[in-house]
Amino acid sequence: MAARTFTIDGQLISAREGETILQAARDHGIFIPTLCHLDGVSSVGACRLCLVEIEGSRMLRPACVTPVVEEMVVRTDTARLREYRRMIVELLFAERNHVCAVCVANGHCELQDLAVTVGMDHVRFDYTFPYCEVDISHPLFGIDHNRCVLCTRCVRVCDEVEGVHTWDVAGRGTDARVITDMRQPWGESHSCTSCGKCVLACPTGAIFRRGATVGEMERDRNKIAYIVAARDQRW
Amino acid sequence: MTRHILIDPVTRIEGHAKISIHLDDDGNVAEARFHVTEFRGFERFCEGRPFWEMPGITARICGICPVSHLLASAKAGDAILSVVIPPAAEKLRRLMNLGQIVQSHALSFFHLSAPDLLLGFDSNPAMRNIFGLMAADPTLARAGIRLRQLGQDIIAMLGGSKIHPAWAVPGGVRSAPTAAQRAGIVERLPEARATVLDALRRFKALLDTHAEEVAAFGNFPSLFLGLVGPNGEWEHYDGRLRVVDSGGAIIADQVDPSRYRDIIAEAVEPWSYLKMPYYRPRGYPGGMYRVGPLARLNICTRIGTLLADAELGEMRQRAGGIATSSFYYHYARLIEILAALERISLLLDDPDLDSPRLRAEAGVNRFEGVGVSEAPRGTLFHHYTVDANGLIQRVNLIIATGHNNLAMNRTIAQIARHFVRGDRICEGALNRVEAGIRAYDPCLSCSTHAAGTMPLTLTLVAADGTVLDEVRQG
Repeated sequence: MAARTFTIDGQLISAREGETILQAARDHGIFIPTLCHLDGVSSVGACRLCLVEIEGSRMLRPACVTPVVEEMVVRTDTARLREYRRMIVELLFAERNHVCAVCVANGHCELQDLAVTVGMDHVRFDYTFPYCEVDISHPLFGIDHNRCVLCTRCVRVCDEVEGVHTWDVAGRGTDARVITDMRQPWGESHSCTSCGKCVLACPTGAIFRRGATVGEMERDRNKIAYIVAARDQRW
Repeated sequence: MTRHILIDPVTRIEGHAKISIHLDDDGNVAEARFHVTEFRGFERFCEGRPFWEMPGITARICGICPVSHLLASAKAGDAILSVVIPPAAEKLRRLMNLGQIVQSHALSFFHLSAPDLLLGFDSNPAMRNIFGLMAADPTLARAGIRLRQLGQDIIAMLGGSKIHPAWAVPGGVRSAPTAAQRAGIVERLPEARATVLDALRRFKALLDTHAEEVAAFGNFPSLFLGLVGPNGEWEHYDGRLRVVDSGGAIIADQVDPSRYRDIIAEAVEPWSYLKMPYYRPRGYPGGMYRVGPLARLNICTRIGTLLADAELGEMRQRAGGIATSSFYYHYARLIEILAALERISLLLDDPDLDSPRLRAEAGVNRFEGVGVSEAPRGTLFHHYTVDANGLIQRVNLIIATGHNNLAMNRTIAQIARHFVRGDRICEGALNRVEAGIRAYDPCLSCSTHAAGTMPLTLTLVAADGTVLDEVRQG
């Protein structure tokens, strides 16, 4: 496979053809924040946190789905990008009811980590305080839509890795919700195999083990990539 | 002409409140009211949450006694799971509650009330605080602060943080301390015991010089309510309810706490966010009762540890049986610190604490759960109703400061009548009114957790006094 050489933040980078900017950056130890991206499943470029500047292009590009091009000049850490990233995280917090102090994922949450990373010391937008349901009808797991950021990791991992597609997204805009089967309670889903991959994949406290209390939802999100890699290597 | 004295805000208490004193035409005190001006809303916004999260959420009601809410909430969760928690978990929960009693009582006595008691009610208000106490008696102030620190460190040792540890959970607790951590606490107990014995000695001397305050600080007959053990002994975590009248007669005993509604009802007044619970069989407001350290010592047969029982005997002798003056709350608080230190010492040696079995696993086996424990300020009730999956449908919390509401109002009226005269209102008199409230160590953040269905009137008043809008509910 042909190699591509280009620069990220002034650093000369060599990557394989077809690799994304995000993969190449990570291979070279350059940090680009992400939220909807999860190693092991396809990327959708939904959260926009990995937006980067590419010289010669007026548009910002999501690093997780943009392939590297020979001699491109990428910038990942400009004042404009920092401002946008912080604003994106603030909007995520303002959209639903994220209360870290009493959350099952407190201390183990990617959204919380992002807020720290982007320097979000407060939210400049009014909170919308929507009414969101909590569904703990499943015997092992629960979902609290208050904490969901619609990253769709659960949808992708269920479809692409478990092969079941219990999860999907219904509704639009502020009414959008991840749903199980035909929007029935999770405990009544016929397709769910109770494999728990969505629990592993969730970046926040939205999907959790039933009975978890504050800060108890530690999860190894790398397990999804591990399962995929292990499966690929079988013969 | 009638006059109106407003003390706003009331200082050196936990929370926000004001006191209004109404004078009649002759300048005598007609009425005094304690208005709690905070509003929280926990009972409403907990609806819809999984009950497993409730200890973590309700602990946030208060930064002074999060442990009390944590434990009452976890116990309500135990009831919903229908489990008996492992012995190590119960003992560790008890240990944390004792740490909580030590730190909260030390805060109330040394940081908040000692300036009045040791510097004097009429001393310079600018210096009548913990800093003034440090200047006047640095050894005592330091010892008091270190005593509180010990209680806080016990909580931190168990829960990982001093404030809002999410450690007690439905079914038990999440972790146990190491033997080395326990030994670190044992080492510090003798100093703490010396501190509280010294404070007791000083306080007893004050009883002789402050006869007027003892007589007028909420000195009236009332009922006393709290938890006791199976043989009527002092209890702080479990047990059953006992009610004693001011003559010492037990009028209700061994009442299952989950049946609290048989003996407690709540009234609402439009001028305060704090509900007014009363002993149901005696009606409102005749069923006024007091809870907290004084009530616990008044209702118990004995404490069960050597030094504390000796002090309890002396207190009863001084009071002539049941202590009816709220000035004795301070005394009771010190005795309870001593009792807690003695029990902590016993618990830290308990071999059960080495058990790795800390948490009982179960599902939703009952749709209703009541959790009761003794918070530093008195009996705390958490009552939850859940659906089949364990989502909270209804929450009722009755908090120690609420129980004492009627008695606090009665106390400030009594103090105002005794010390305030229309023609000469001195700062020292007003401070005594505040100190009457302080004797109960009220925690207003905790006690105004209710919302939604509570009948209340909201009035929006402009600066010139015209009423702009009025909203009623309930």
